[in-house]
Parts: sequence; C-alpha cells; structure tokens
Amino acid sequence: MKKVAVIGVAQTNFSAAQEKTEVELFAEAALEAITKSNLTPKDIQALYLGNVLGDFSEGQGMVQAFAAENIGCKNIPANRYEGACASASVAVRDAYMWVASGFYDTVLVGGVERAATLGTALATRTFAMFSDSRYEFPSGITFPAVFAMLAHLYASKYNIPLEKLKEQMAQVSVQSYKYGMHNPKAQMKKEVSIEDVLKSFMVSTPIQLHDCCPFSDGGSALILASEEVAKKLTDKPVFITGVGQSSAGPLSNQSEHLPRIYSREVSSKQAYKMAGKTPDDIDVCELHDCFSIASLIAAESLGFFDFGTSGEAWMKGEAGIGGKVAINPSGGLKAKGHPIGATGGGQVYEIVNQLRGDVEPERMVEGAKVGMTDTLGGDGGTLVNIILERGW
Amino acid sequence: MEYKLTFNDFNKSLKRNKLMALKCGDCEKITVPPKMVCSECASTNLEIIQLEGKGKIATFTTNFVAAEGRECEAPYIIVMVELDEGPWIMGNLIDIAPKKVSMDLIGKRVVMGVKVFPGDKYSAGDMARPLFSFE
Repeated sequence: MKKVAVIGVAQTNFSAAQEKTEVELFAEAALEAITKSNLTPKDIQALYLGNVLGDFSEGQGMVQAFAAENIGCKNIPANRYEGACASASVAVRDAYMWVASGFYDTVLVGGVERAATLGTALATRTFAMFSDSRYEFPSGITFPAVFAMLAHLYASKYNIPLEKLKEQMAQVSVQSYKYGMHNPKAQMKKEVSIEDVLKSFMVSTPIQLHDCCPFSDGGSALILASEEVAKKLTDKPVFITGVGQSSAGPLSNQSEHLPRIYSREVSSKQAYKMAGKTPDDIDVCELHDCFSIASLIAAESLGFFDFGTSGEAWMKGEAGIGGKVAINPSGGLKAKGHPIGATGGGQVYEIVNQLRGDVEPERMVEGAKVGMTDTLGGDGGTLVNIILERGW
Repeated sequence: MEYKLTFNDFNKSLKRNKLMALKCGDCEKITVPPKMVCSECASTNLEIIQLEGKGKIATFTTNFVAAEGRECEAPYIIVMVELDEGPWIMGNLIDIAPKKVSMDLIGKRVVMGVKVFPGDKYSAGDMARPLFSFE
C-alpha cells in the first residue's frame, strides 16, 4: 500500500440553523481545501462525502453528485457515506484506502449536514433512527437517553456516587467550552462552570443540557493524496498512518461490555496496530464527545485512562492541554458543534492543524507529532479511528 | 434460507404479552430480539422459545425530551432489563413516577407487560414494546 497524506484542510463555521444549502456549505469548505492544496477542481479524481439527513433537512438525496458538479469536479465518481455521526470518518477511511491502493492519487473527502436546520423535534426523531427502529425506538429511545442509561450504568459498574460522576461529567463540558472560546469556527463560545452545567435543563436523567453537544449545521473538506503527489504540493504533509473501523448491533445486544463501547476497542486496536503506536504515543485526540459521559467512556476504551477513572483524569487536567493527552482542544462536539455528516472531517481538520501548529495559541498542543480521531455513529453501530502523524 | 422468527411474528407475540426468542441448538445461547443466526456462534440451528419476561433493571433514565410526534409521552422512564435467561432488552417502566427515580432502581426485580407504540410516518406500522412493572 502507498503512503497517504492529508494536504489542504477546511471547515465552515459550525453553527446553529443558517441559510446556506448543504451544497453551498460543502462547496465553501471544498474550494478552500482544494486551493490550500495548490490544486484546482479539475485535479480531483473522486469525492467521498459524509451526509446523514439531507433527505430530511432539505429533501435532498444524493447530495454528493450535486456537490461535485457544483464545485467543478464534473463527472467524477462521487459517493455518499452514511454511518450516522461517524459518516465523514467512514468517508475518510474509504478515501484513504482508494489512494493507498494506488487507484487514485488525489481525492476530496469531507461531509456536510444541516442538523440544526431540522429543529430539535425532527432532529431528535431522525437521530433516533440510528438506534434499532424495530426493537428499541418503540420504547422512546433518543440519543441523550442512550448516554443517560450508560451514565447510570457507569456509576453503578464502577461504584462511583452519581453526584461525583455528574461533577466529573460537568468538568468535561467546562473544559470543552473553555477551548471552544478560542476556536473561531466553534458554534458555542461561552464559559460555563460546573455549577452552570449542574443547574441546566434536564434532558434525560442524569444528562442535562450542558452535558449535550448542540445540533449543528456545517461542512468539512480534506484533500488526500499519495506521498509522491503530496510532496510536490506541500512542505507539511500529514500522513494517515493507522485506520480502524468496526460495527455493532442494537444497544441491548452490546450488554456484555456496556458501558464500554466494544466496537471502539476493536476499531482503535486496528488503528494502533497499523500505525505501530500505543495510547501513550498520542499527543492530541479529537474524540466523540456527543455527551459528557461519552468522553469518559471513549477515553477509557481508547486506552488513555483505566476503566472508571477518566472522570478523575478530567478533574486533574490530565485530559487537557499539558496533561497526559490533550483531548478535544477544538472544543469538541460540545463546543465546536456536531454537524453529524461533517463531524469526522472536522476532527481530522483539527488534528492536521494541531500537528502543523496552525491553531490559536490558547488552545495549541505544543510540539504535537501524533494525533488521533475517534468518531462514533449511533449507539456504537459505527466506530472509526484514524491516526495521523507529521510527515516532515 | 428462511428467517426463523421475523419481526412481524415477534411483534404479534409481544402484543399478546409473550416474549419470544431463539435458543441455539449448538451453544444453547439465547438470542433476543430475533436474528438470522445465533448472536453467540452464528449457528442457524435455532429453536423458537418463549421467555419468562422477568429480570432485573440494569440501567434506566427518565427522558424529558421526546422525538417529534411523541412529545405527549414525556417524561417517561426507559430501562434496560437483564432477563433471568441472560439477554438484556429495552422497555419502559411504570409503577413509579418518572421524576422520583434514583440509582436505587438498578437491580430491582421487574416483570414484563406490554404497550403498543402506534407508530409514526417513518415506522412502517405499529410496534409492541415491553412495559415493565415491579415484581
């Protein structure tokens, strides 16, 4: 297999409901990524686009074909990826494999979503489509409810008093909001305290409003290229050195491992093995913090902290910049926003910028050489991990 | 190859308060909800059985924000129950006010009843759901 580099990266502002179409949002990110790569649309050989709910938000299916044509990538193969909130990461992994195989040299990958445009009621309904529709949606399951049940299970399994766990969860949000303040592309720009989190609106016990990421609109775009092409176009190629992907069935059928998401352990092991790295080698990680408890669960399955201890790690700053591993210096899904089809692309965007030292000083992970992304779709149904390294 | 216990058959039984499952003739593991193969060993040597519908609460939540079209149901309690036969299933809990629940619920014994979700425009029909109460 060939080595594959990320060259130009871009994302739109992640935001509340706004008026640009999905094609327009993606086009803005895509042209920025293409231009930053010193390429033109005619150089792009294929498009891999994450998009989950365009059918519902705009009545637009097959958005990838219209997106490709719109940016002047006429008649190229264009594929849409739907892996719920992990869609763009699935797209990145597939795009990686097409370039690694030698079939293509230069491809465009990313995602777009208008989840905020859906409004809370329809977004809650459509997001619940990524739980089992026959056997679990009838009980009224929603995404906050999934992670709410995992939070209670986490407290029970690791014997942590719920009040203490809730403070730890709140600290996860406090940290994410703090970094998001310094991210110009972030949706949420405000500081909150543990107290603010604990007095926010109750969504699904024990998860409160500030434990939840927002619904977001936004797009992301990356150029992947073979090593030979990348070296001609940039002095700072970031290589994809490990990828992993896994799947799982309905939440109840994952009972053997819950509150751990076992698909994450399968996926991250693939990525670590391929890259020849261990969790100790990761300087910066953008992980899937759709809910505060999701961060604790993810950080443990990724191997950063022992099971049942990551809440303490967040309280001590070990999960922040300057700690054992810098987690979500972008503000994460919590503060940066979560336009689900674009999220994985946004995570790679952040890691690439961190490795290049190309972020605001207040949230920069100094000297970061190895970064990782972690993206979860549904309640563990799709899991993708990507390891990226400096190529200079 | 024919699907042994379809959603439609499972759903019809559940509406009559019968929780059907598949028992593997090779590894004896019970699979619920039904699948094409044994969830443990992927065998197709499966027998349809009825479960007791009893177990203990593994975890729970009181949900205040329902999906579009189901707002009138909130707040409601969702539970995952570890059945006496081993598998976990998701359902709702009655017998306690949704705002009164606490961690004490975990481990409490429950018995299954049933309630039908009438369905919405996306759901391809109605669906029964387990409705648990304290044993």
